[in-house]
Amino acid sequence: MDLRATLVPGLLELKNPIMSAAGTFGSGLEYSPYGDITQLGGIITNGLTLRPCMGSPMPRVAETPSGLLTSIGTQNDGVEHFVRHVLPQLPWQDVPIIPNLNANFVEDFSELAGILAAEPGIAALEVNLSCRNDNRSGQRFNQNTVTAARAVSAVKKAAGSKPVIAKLSPQIMDIVEVARSVEAAGADVISCIGTVQGLAVDVRERRAMLGSITGGLSGPAVKPLALRCVWQISHAVDIPVIGVGGIRTAQDVLEFMLVGAHAVAVGSASFSDPEAIFRIVRELPAVCEEYGVSDLDAFRGSLQG
Amino acid sequence: MITPIRAELTVTDNVPFGQPVFWPDGQRRFYALTLERPEWKSWQPGQFIMLRPLSGEECVWARPMSICRVTSQSLVLFIRVVGSATDRFSRLKSGDKVIVWGPLGTGFDMRPDTPTLLLARGVGIAPFAGYADMHPDPSSLSMLFGHSLPSSNYPTDAMAARIEVESLHDRTPEELEEFHRVARLRMTEYKERGGICLACGPMPFLKKVWRFANEIDLPTQLLLEERMSCGTGACLGCSAVTSKHWPDPVKAGLPVQTCTSGPVFWAKELDLDASLSERRD
Ligand SMILES: Cc1cc2nc3c(=O)[nH]c(=O)nc-3n(C[C@H](O)[C@H](O)[C@H](O)COP(=O)(O)OP(=O)(O)OC[C@H]3O[C@@H](n4cnc5c(N)ncnc54)[C@H](O)[C@@H]3O)c2cc1C
Ligand SMILES: Cc1cc2nc3c(=O)[nH]c(=O)nc-3n(C[C@H](O)[C@H](O)[C@H](O)COP(=O)(O)O)c2cc1C
Ligand code: FES
Repeated sequence: MDLRATLVPGLLELKNPIMSAAGTFGSGLEYSPYGDITQLGGIITNGLTLRPCMGSPMPRVAETPSGLLTSIGTQNDGVEHFVRHVLPQLPWQDVPIIPNLNANFVEDFSELAGILAAEPGIAALEVNLSCRNDNRSGQRFNQNTVTAARAVSAVKKAAGSKPVIAKLSPQIMDIVEVARSVEAAGADVISCIGTVQGLAVDVRERRAMLGSITGGLSGPAVKPLALRCVWQISHAVDIPVIGVGGIRTAQDVLEFMLVGAHAVAVGSASFSDPEAIFRIVRELPAVCEEYGVSDLDAFRGSLQG
Repeated sequence: MITPIRAELTVTDNVPFGQPVFWPDGQRRFYALTLERPEWKSWQPGQFIMLRPLSGEECVWARPMSICRVTSQSLVLFIRVVGSATDRFSRLKSGDKVIVWGPLGTGFDMRPDTPTLLLARGVGIAPFAGYADMHPDPSSLSMLFGHSLPSSNYPTDAMAARIEVESLHDRTPEELEEFHRVARLRMTEYKERGGICLACGPMPFLKKVWRFANEIDLPTQLLLEERMSCGTGACLGCSAVTSKHWPDPVKAGLPVQTCTSGPVFWAKELDLDASLSERRD
């Protein structure tokens, strides 16, 4: 069965629709003991910032019902370290490597994109639009159509021929409006969803479970929210959508494609089983057969009312 | 580096360790969980596994557990019930399946002819059982073990057969102070003997040991038990901050992952006073 997924013809073509999600798969090398990372459709690597970043206070992770609440604060060694020390070790000739860009100013997004776009080992850039915008007192870029579009068009300008993926999270007034605005600003692909802000508390200790009090919710708990967003956005825009949120099985992948996704990214499922993403890739053909899906292009978006 | 593997293993035994103890905030329970032995080529005491029941939605994520013992047939874990996942582990029965990935992280230094002081507190004793088993010269080891619950809750008897064990039961804050005082005293003695020290236990205890190690200048390793979610170095949930003595100068003073750069660290290479403090939300 043909599992290839074309996100941008000639520029971003995946051997299968299954990628790793930002912040959940390291650079990819962390998972090479558990499977062949070149068999993935793509690797979206951990969030990068212009300069090294210490990240959030500890503790950073807490389990919630069917979910995981995390606040990592984009701890990373900075883009220079990534380009010099990490990228050369990655099998970029065999699998698309897509860094995830984080910044608090449009100018920083643009500088980051410029540095990364100069690297032949990079297939595309993903812009995390749930970052806080320090020019708008910390409001998230994707909370508003204007700032979301500004960040995307800055990255697009600096990215040269590299495709740009705009990553949206759902806690905004109208995700469809924002999706339309990033499409108009030049985004080649939309990925959604990022984590959803949440809070977990310990009543006995009367404390928040996380050092930064609130955190981002991921895992099976957010899957229905992600499916809804992908379904709405894929109807509203002409560019492809990458579905993200709570994917644990090959059947979940079909659910996202049924509502309109061209590809998916597997996130925190890798934490509950390091083999999960490899198993999803392996099992997808059999699961397609089980559900009578012989052509993914024809199946995509075929949800009945 | 030992390459970790992921395996589905069968539980062969799960027995309560000692009697449950009633405490103001609930029951304290301990279990020795035995799994069939994974196909590991090698492992080091101090390394850990990530563990998760194969079925059961109430436990979606895995938890880190020190490798307590490995025999020709089995992998033994020593578990204290503190929350939902460890409670779920306590209810595992023979024949149940679990997912395990490991061995993970760094192990303790093992020097056949160096006097080695093991400092354990509470469930922190777990990795030292395997350490005592594997050490080529157990006569060079001795353990100081502090515990607030009865010693019958911990595998001290089996260890005392192989190494010297000094056990201190603390029931009051004063007795806990006394344990810390004795720990510092033993560390000073091992410094004079040209020895090393290995420590495992809760963070407040490790912080004390870290401070003593710096004051006394005794080569000391600490096993940090940070909350973890991936165990592979990917999620960056388990960071610890290094000191200026970290071997890679580029990372000195910056966070590293406890699950891959640790969980066993040299005390002088860590800065346990540094806080990860960029609070934004
Ligand atoms: C490398 C390593 C080795 C470990 N080895 C062992 C072992 O051999 N035996 C054992 O019983 N436990 C061990 N632990 C600790 C164990 O992983 C935690 O107790 C467990 O994850 C708690 O899960 P829970 O769902 O039961 O509790 P939760 O519901 O997650 O937490 C219950 C309470 O315990 C606290 N807590 C959670 N995780 C930790 C932690 N890592 N350290 C201190 N407090 C915590 C929480 O803040 C909360 O107050 C180890 C941890 C690490 C990182
Ligand atoms: C620990 C962790 C770190 C993450 N870091 C990033 C990040 O740096 N950038 C980003 O765009 N998304 C990040 N995400 C969001 C994921 O990429 C994904 O969108 C989200 O977790 C939902 O998918 P899941 O339910 O499959 O995990 C992170 C998620 C987790 C759990
Ligand atoms: S537990 Fe995920 S990086 Fe250590």
